[in-house]
Parts: sequence; C-alpha cells; structure tokens
Amino acid sequence: MYIIGKGITRKDAFEKVTGQAKYTADFETNEMLHARLVISPYAHALIKNIDMSEAEKIPGVRAVITGQNLPLTGEELQDRPPIATDRVRYQGEVISIVVADNPYLAEQGAQAVNVQYEPLPVVNSPSEALKPDAPLLHPKLGEYKKIQGVYPEPGTNIATRTKIRKGNWEKGCAESEVIVEEHFAFRPSDHAAMETRCSFAQIHPNGMIEISSSSQAPFMIKRLIGQYFGISTGKIRVNTPLVGGAYGGKASTQLEILAYIATKEVNGRLVKILNTREEDMLTSPGHIGLEARVKLGSTKEGLLKVAELTYLWDGGAYSDKSIDLSRAGAVDCTGPYHIENIWCDSLCMYTNHPYAAPFRGFSHSEVHFAFERTMDVLAQKLNIDPLELRNKNAILPGHTTPTQVLLNSSTVGNLPKCISKLKELINWQEGQIKDLGNHRVRAKGISCIWKTSTIDPNATSAVILIFNPDGSINLISGVIEIGTATKTILAQMLAERLKMDVNDIHVQMEVDTLSTPEHWKTVASRGTYMAGRAVLAAAEDIIRQLKNIASFILRAREDDLEVGYGKVYVRDDPKTSILIKDIAYGYTFPNGNTIGSQIIGRGNFVIRGMTYLDKETGAGRPGPEWTVGAEGVEIELDLRTYTYKVLKAVAVIDIGKVFNEKTAIGQVKGAMSMGLSFAARETFWFDDHGSVLNPQLRTYRPIRFGEHPKYVVAFVETPEIDAPYGGRGVGEHGLIGMPAALANSLSTALSVNVNYLPLIPELLWKIKRGEK
Amino acid sequence: MLAGNIEYYQPSTVNEAVEQFFILKKENKLPMYYAGGTEILTLGRLNIIHPGAIIDIKAIKETLSHESYQEHFIFGASLPLTYIEEKNIFPLLTQTSMEIADHTARNKITIGGNVCGNIFYREAVLPFLLCDSTVVVAGKEGQKTHPIQDIFNKTFQFEEGQFLIQLLIEKKYLTLPFITIKKRQQWETGYPLITVACIKIENQLRFAFSGLCPFPFRSQKVETELNNTLLPKEERINHAIEQLPTPVLNDVEGSKEYRLFVLRNTLKEMIVEMEEKE
Amino acid sequence: MPNPSAKKISVSLNINGEMRQVEIRPIDTLLYVLRHHLSLTGAKPGCLNGDCGACSVMVNDNVYKSCIMLAIESVGSAITTVEGLKDSPIQNAFVKHFAFQCGYCTPGFIMNCQALLLKHPHPTYEVVKEWLSSNICRCTCYQEIEEAIFSVVEGRVGGTSE
Ligand code: FES
Ligand code: FES
Repeated sequence: MYIIGKGITRKDAFEKVTGQAKYTADFETNEMLHARLVISPYAHALIKNIDMSEAEKIPGVRAVITGQNLPLTGEELQDRPPIATDRVRYQGEVISIVVADNPYLAEQGAQAVNVQYEPLPVVNSPSEALKPDAPLLHPKLGEYKKIQGVYPEPGTNIATRTKIRKGNWEKGCAESEVIVEEHFAFRPSDHAAMETRCSFAQIHPNGMIEISSSSQAPFMIKRLIGQYFGISTGKIRVNTPLVGGAYGGKASTQLEILAYIATKEVNGRLVKILNTREEDMLTSPGHIGLEARVKLGSTKEGLLKVAELTYLWDGGAYSDKSIDLSRAGAVDCTGPYHIENIWCDSLCMYTNHPYAAPFRGFSHSEVHFAFERTMDVLAQKLNIDPLELRNKNAILPGHTTPTQVLLNSSTVGNLPKCISKLKELINWQEGQIKDLGNHRVRAKGISCIWKTSTIDPNATSAVILIFNPDGSINLISGVIEIGTATKTILAQMLAERLKMDVNDIHVQMEVDTLSTPEHWKTVASRGTYMAGRAVLAAAEDIIRQLKNIASFILRAREDDLEVGYGKVYVRDDPKTSILIKDIAYGYTFPNGNTIGSQIIGRGNFVIRGMTYLDKETGAGRPGPEWTVGAEGVEIELDLRTYTYKVLKAVAVIDIGKVFNEKTAIGQVKGAMSMGLSFAARETFWFDDHGSVLNPQLRTYRPIRFGEHPKYVVAFVETPEIDAPYGGRGVGEHGLIGMPAALANSLSTALSVNVNYLPLIPELLWKIKRGEK
Repeated sequence: MLAGNIEYYQPSTVNEAVEQFFILKKENKLPMYYAGGTEILTLGRLNIIHPGAIIDIKAIKETLSHESYQEHFIFGASLPLTYIEEKNIFPLLTQTSMEIADHTARNKITIGGNVCGNIFYREAVLPFLLCDSTVVVAGKEGQKTHPIQDIFNKTFQFEEGQFLIQLLIEKKYLTLPFITIKKRQQWETGYPLITVACIKIENQLRFAFSGLCPFPFRSQKVETELNNTLLPKEERINHAIEQLPTPVLNDVEGSKEYRLFVLRNTLKEMIVEMEEKE
Repeated sequence: MPNPSAKKISVSLNINGEMRQVEIRPIDTLLYVLRHHLSLTGAKPGCLNGDCGACSVMVNDNVYKSCIMLAIESVGSAITTVEGLKDSPIQNAFVKHFAFQCGYCTPGFIMNCQALLLKHPHPTYEVVKEWLSSNICRCTCYQEIEEAIFSVVEGRVGGTSE
C-alpha cells in the first residue's frame, strides 16, 4: 500500500490547535439577532396560559414566538410539535422562543415570559408506560403521519413494535437443558458533546432559506424542513462548519427547526440559537434508556438453542429517532452468536423523559449490556469459562443473523480470532479473579460485540473532485467532520488510488448543501465506506478523463495509459508521459489550439440490496456487513467500600483494513472511554415527577483526565469485499462492549448479578445487600 | 452570562465597601459582595440569585493578606484557593482545598467565597471549624472579630452589609496531625458524598463534616462519642452517628443510608490512622 | 424585573500583546467579550458554568475559565488566548500525538497545559492530573493528551515559541 494504513497528520490539525477552526457558534455578524428558549420546568403538564406581554415590552426584543399553527414533526412518526401549545410532555420542552438584538436581551425576554401550568401525572419509566392504566401520552397516536415500517399501537404508549421471529421457539426451548433469565434497566443519559448545539437561519429576499447548524445530517435537515413546512428542498440551503463532537446526538433535526421558525417571525432576518448546556441536555434529544428481559437456553455443553428477549426502550416524550433505535436493537438483539431460534419484541415506549437521539453504537451497547451479562450468567450456571462459551457459539460465515441474513466471510468479521487475541491481551490465563488481600480483589470481565449499520435502504453518498491548475485536487464530500478524521481518510484513499501526495489533496471541511454533493448522514460509522466508494468512483472518472486527453498528446490508446505520481504515462514506456498539471485544465498545443478543460470527477454510491424488515418476523437485510470484536476490562475493587478503579480496558476489533492507524486507534479508544463513562457513572437522575436533577456537567459527570485506565487496542483484518480497500466501520465499536464487560467484571468480583447502570459503588452496595 | 443590568464597584478600603453596600441598598439595588465571583456568576446565570450590583472586594488589601500576626496566621478572604495551596502554610487546609471543584476553578474561587457560599458543601470551612479560628468581619459598626463557633452555625451568621475579611488560625494548629478525606459517588471528580476532616490535639480527635448534612458542621457530641476509647471503634461510631445533626442528605449523590455506610467506613479508616499518629 | 437598559462602560484589555478598547456591560464575562466583542472565538462556550474548561484562557500566566470571570476583572492584566500562541511546543505536541478529534475542547486544554508548563516545567503525573482534570474531552480517551504534554516535558517536541 502506498499511503493507506499510515498515520498521517489530520487535515484539520493546525486549524484546531490554533483556535482558528470554526464551529457554528463561532460565526456572528453585527446584524444577527439572538434567540433564547422558554422551556418547561414540568415533565408533564397542561399549559394553561402563556403571558408574553412583559417580554414584548423589553426594548430590543423583536419577537416572542409561541407554537400555534406549526406542523407536527418527527423523523419516522410525526408526533412532536416543535413548540408545545397546550401540553408539555417532558421537562425542557420548548414553550416559546424570544428573539432579541443580543443574547442577554433575549435572555431577559425569556425570563419575562410567564407560563401557567397544570401538572399531570407522569410516566417515569418504560415499564410504567406499558401498564394498562398508565397516562396516555399521545391520545392521537393513530392519527399521526408516519413512514413505512412504523407500527404504533394507538390507545397505548407504544410508538412502534419490532418483532423478530427466527426459527422455532418451542423447538429451541425443548432442546434447551439449561435456562437462565435476567432483567436489566438503566435510565436515559446524554451525549454531552463539548459543543452544545447551535443553529442560525435566515430567509433571503429570493426566498432561499439558509440554515447553518452543528449537525451530522445537513442533508436530512434540508429534507425534513422541506417536508414539514411544505417547502421544495431546492429552496433550502444548509451549512455545517466543523462539529464539536456529536456521537449521534447531532443526527436529529431539532434546533434547526426552531431557528427556521424564528427567522420566519422576524422577516427572514438572521437569527442564532445556541443551546445552554442545560437545554442541550434536556431540550435537545439525548441517549435512550432501556429495560430488558433476556432469557437464554442452551445445551449442557453450552450450545445456545434459544433466545427470548423483551426490550422496552425509554424513547421519551416523542418518538423521533427512538423508533429506529428500537428497531436497530431488534436487528442485533443478541450478541454475535449463532442461535437458530430467536424471539424478540422490541418496543419503543413513550415516557415523560427527554426524547432520544441516536447514541454512538446505535442501541448496541444497550442491548449488549443485557445480552452479554446474561451470557456470563449462563456460563456460570453451566460452569463453563465465559470466553469459551462465547467462542463455542461465535457467529461464523454460513450462519444467519436474527433478521435471517445469511453471512459469508466478507459480510461478517472473524470473531474467534478477536476472542483469541483478547485472551492474550487481557492475560485471561492467569484467571478471572485474583485476591490481593486486605479486602481487595482484581477481576476481569469480557464482552463480545457485533454491529451492522442499519441505514435507510436508499441512503446515498456522492463526491466531487475538482482539479486546481497546479495539479492538486479539491475533494468535496457531504461527510461532516465530527472529529473522526473521515475526510483525512478520504484524502488518503484518493492519494492511494492516484498514487499522489496526500498534501496535494485539499479537502473541503465544511458542508454547504448548495454546492456539496449529498452524503446521507455522518452516522453509523458509514462515512469511510459510503463516501470512500464514492471517492473511488470519482477517481475512476478522473482517470478516464485524464487518459482521454493524454491519449491525444502521447499518441497512445487510452487503455495503454496509467495514472500516478502526478503523471499520465504509457504503461510499458513510463518515460513517455505528461504531467497531470499540464492537462488538468485541458491541454494547449504550441499553436494555441486547446483541447479539454478543467477536469471534474464525480462519483456516487448506494449500498446494494438493503431491504425493510418484515412486520411479523423481522426478516430482512438491514445493513451491509457485521463488524465484530471482543472486549475486556480489568478492575480493582475494595470489597468493604465497593469503590473500584478500572485498571485496563482492551478492545480487539475486526476492522477489515486499517486506513490511518493513529486515527483508528484514537476512535476506538475514544469510544471505549465514552462507554466506560456511560457504564460507570452517567445517567440522568429523575425525581418522582420526571424531572432531571442533574442537567449540568458538574452533576452529570463524564470521565475526566486521570480517571482513565490504560487502554489497549488491537485489530484483526478480515477485509470486507465491497468496502474501499476492505475497511469496516469502526467509529462506535469500542464503546459497545464496555458496559457489559465492566458489569461482568464487577459481578465476578462480588459474586452477584449486577444488572443495572450506572455502576456506581452505591449500586454495588445495594445489590450486595439484596436491595436491588 | 447574567442578563440583567448589574452594576460593578471595586472599593479599595473596607469602609468604602460597606458604605457602598448601604448606598446601593438604599437605592434598592440588591447589592452583593463579590470575591472570586464563581458562585454569583453561575447561580445568577440560572436565575437563582438576582444581584442588582456587585461590590468586588478583591482590591481591599486586608482581604489579600497571607501572613503571620503574633500568635496567628491570617488568611485574607480574597485569596484564591490555589494560592493558599501553593504556599501550603496550613497543610490541612491545603488538602481539603485541593479536593474542591477543580484546579482551574480554584484559581478563581477564593477562600472567603467558598466558606460563605450558597452551595452547601463549603468544604474549606472545615479546617477553620476544627481549629478554633477567629473570624474578622466588616460591617456597619466597623470591623469585628468573633470566634468561629460564635458566628458559624451551618452558615456564617452575618448581619446585612457584613462581609468576611479574614480568617485567623492560631499557629499551634498549623502543624497538628490531620487527615481529610473526600468520598464521592464515583471516582475522583464531583461533589462530595461526604468530606470529613480530622485533627488530633492533646490526644483528642476533632471531626468536621461536609456533604453529610446540608451544611458543614463540627459537633462536640459526635466528637465525644468518637473519642470514647473505652469502647470498640464500631460502637463509638454507632454512638456518634446517633448524635448527628439532621437531616442527613438523601440526594442524587447518594441515599441517606449509603452516606451513613460510607461515613462508618471513613470514620473507621480515619480513627485507625489517627490513633497511630503522634 | 431586570433593568433592560444596561449601562455600558469602556475598558481597555491587553489581549495577546495588543491593547483593545471595548464597550462592555460590567457584568459581561471575559468569554463573552472575547467572542462577541473581539471575535476571538478560540475560547469556547461549553457550559458557562465553570465545569468544562473549554473556555480556558491565561491571565498573567495563570489559567482561568473565562466564563466565570468578568472581563472587567482582567483589566490591567495580560490576557493570552489560544490565538496568542504560535507554533508552541504544546500545540505541536497535540498535533503529533493526535490529542484531539473534534477539537472543541482543544483550545481550553492547550491553554491549561501552557499555564501548567510555565509553572511546572517538569511536573509529576499527579500535578498534571490535578490540573488537567479541570477540562473535559469527550472524544479522546485522555491518553493522547497525556502523551502530548509529557512529550513536551521530556523535550521531545519543540516549537519556535515558548
Ligand atoms: S464554558 Fe467555561 S468552563 Fe465550561
Ligand atoms: S476533541 Fe472533541 S471534546 Fe476533546
């Protein structure tokens, strides 16, 4: 390989260390107006009255906006008013937007809006939501507009139900000699990206709506706003500068809608909304919660025969992306194992909690926490080594997934190889638990993982390459640079294909939907796969054009030419060549005659053969391939105080092909860090009224410097044939196994079943006392 | 960012500050004294407090003193916590302080601001409670000194317009054996579940607590029980717990029962270690 | 009811070696003035509550969270923002060690590291931990940041300015 696999410097590096990198909130103009939100302090209440008169009197306040006459919104099911009018369903829900000349006048205005509420009983968990006498959050559930594959159950709090019916459940039960059943629960939490969401919008005199936003999905914003408000998509332009962390949370369209509503109210003037941290946690969508029941049956030798699963997702007040999340949780409802009989009901429940956005791993860390914990319980009951049990049942080419996709060596990675590498790296041989004396133990926990990326069957990605007169190339893709260095990797792929210096490839970091070709959404670790294929297609397009011109000049057939090292040359006589820069803008003969002009390459890609899931059985092909991995954690615990430290965290991922070693390792470790933080300490704490008690970073506490363990990352490379250079998605996988591995290590250390998150010492103490 | 029109004053003497306070008060401007200001800015942003004017006391030189004076050592109220930590004149204070917020924030948080804060942990007060310190306060009637136990009951009992200028510690306390332990919900950052500071003087242990109740405190009754060496440690601790003020906190950091569990462990740990110390 | 007609005052601030005259409300934070009045957007808002460190800047060689500091408190002091660092060893070390992904926390971390290295050119791990736990990075696992700062301590990464 020429440059693939090398740890080249990120294209955005120097901008980022000098403070020159621009994020959405960094843009400001003098004529810009600023908006502040009025949000509900109640999780469930009727709005009796909104008095805006005091706010309107403040000089410099330009508009106080409420929610009448706005369309319902929601990505799959339109159940969410962008601004609540008669009822609020979660704490933080928007009641009004105040627009003013500057941020503090807007804040003064927001403080002056007086709202009267009448509190209603709350639904404070998905199991409460399921009770027959639970308050109904959406009495009009049956009337909402929806897209294909969404099955709301009117008269209940079920926004959709996904069923997996694979094989024969009775047969699986009959063949099972050993059965275990475990229950799990954790509350919603948050992405807590360091950049809070920000959007600004204006309507130009010609009617063009221009929105800038910290988003992973600018093209989705364009479509959804068009759809909700009946505007043709060509009249909407969305810009996305660099994004300050997203992790799925910025794939939802929310603040952009408010910015659009605000600008419309002030005659199209430019209006900016920047979330406070509190709003970013409460009002904008967060990380989904889950209650789960996992029942597994196996033979005495440990061969899995049946899995019966119930997942109750805490989708919050509105279903937006949680419908898709609950579906993805059904698609990979088990760990990465060969199980012939699977019966799963995955329900997206309405509660009075903040609603959900995708979260790194897209339901997989959540499901794996429940499933992989149960695998340990089963291993214990069978008295089999937990890694061995996993190895025995590992999913392999020739097996089928829960949605009955038949796998081959390209569509699934090599799990046994990951397991054996993990074994080595975590020193499994020395034993899972070690008594250090003085009430201290060391323990290890493991988890296997897999994930496919459930993406829309018609999701596309396109790339444009434009030559500069010096022969360098501008690479334009709709992928958002959210920190994953995807655009650097795309440049590497192009450099590899054209055998050129990666420094001669200039990537456009920002996305402007007016001039940037679409990339569906920068989610699901699909950036390198889809945009990578588009880059390669565009490279072919360029090569063809270069050869075409060169063939006239070099007097050779096109198929005798090669492109590389800044030249087009004759294959068997490389000295007969012409520099790319001399033909990139066409070629001028000595007499002035010119042929060709600026070369523009184009390429696009759509994943082949995706299908919707069958309503009754879930059968279907939801994603292109399954990345697998094996992960482990080692902890040291004080048996008297239940305090512990994570000493080491290991992840072995079958990445297909490493593109940029440094950024790949960084992605995996960063994901592991987030997974440990989620597992060990992150949650929203709710009171009895459904209010979040900790919507701030001093009470909602991501892991900090010095609390981090030692991270070890290793890769297995089983190429995926369809992917550029064989690479698989890797942005999320480090996270997926961490909650289960940590819970398994603690369960082992304490000889109890730790089935709740977050794994704080108080929880361990309670479980040990039999209180939970 | 605070939204309101808030005035700012920076007097250079104690008297000016107090005068300014009462002038603003008369104009109905809701004045507040301001040192590090971290709490005013964060609570003001959340609309929990509504100052109309702030009086920055950092230019008043008495509030910046860090020096010995006869039998005492003086800590000015406007000294940032990290300043005190770096000088490390009083190791118990240093160590208690180092567990507060984070290092960068402590460059701004002052000792006076922490001990007089609204947020109920106020951990920096613990060493002063243990060491019979003296508090210098400015107010309408000029400067006054009080033994801390007379003026601190859950919070400083200041009259309107009074503010803290200095905290004085008798030098003999600066080097006593001590332990200070902060336990959190998880790992090493965040508010305390409980913070306990302890010193040993004339073979008696003194204890002060934060995070256990919604106020920091030192309790003679608790100390008496813990020093009752006739009983085994567990029993002493049980008796001490019966003497705790109420209520014991039950919040997102931890339930009441769990806090007491942690307290038992922590006290045991401390007693074992302190009884060995000379 | 707050009084909406905020009275402004004129102050001069010494920022990155330049004197800058600004009209501000006395209650404006340094972060607000840097970003909204001076277009110095390197310091980032992350919480406005002193919790995340994204807004960290140096004032007279000490690091502060500019969201919990009033601009007026920095009058007469030398303010350094990330824009005031050029080719410094710590910036180069962050690039070399991939000590960022999205980059949003980076200016804050860099300013904190810079102040730390000024005070402790050879810090122990404990000191580094005490200082750097003031900032949150949500993308990296901190190991890269640790490597970056120690590479400067050990003189493995240089730059043209100190
Ligand atoms: S924005 Fe200042 S600490 Fe977060
Ligand atoms: S690099 Fe994204 S938060 Fe640190």
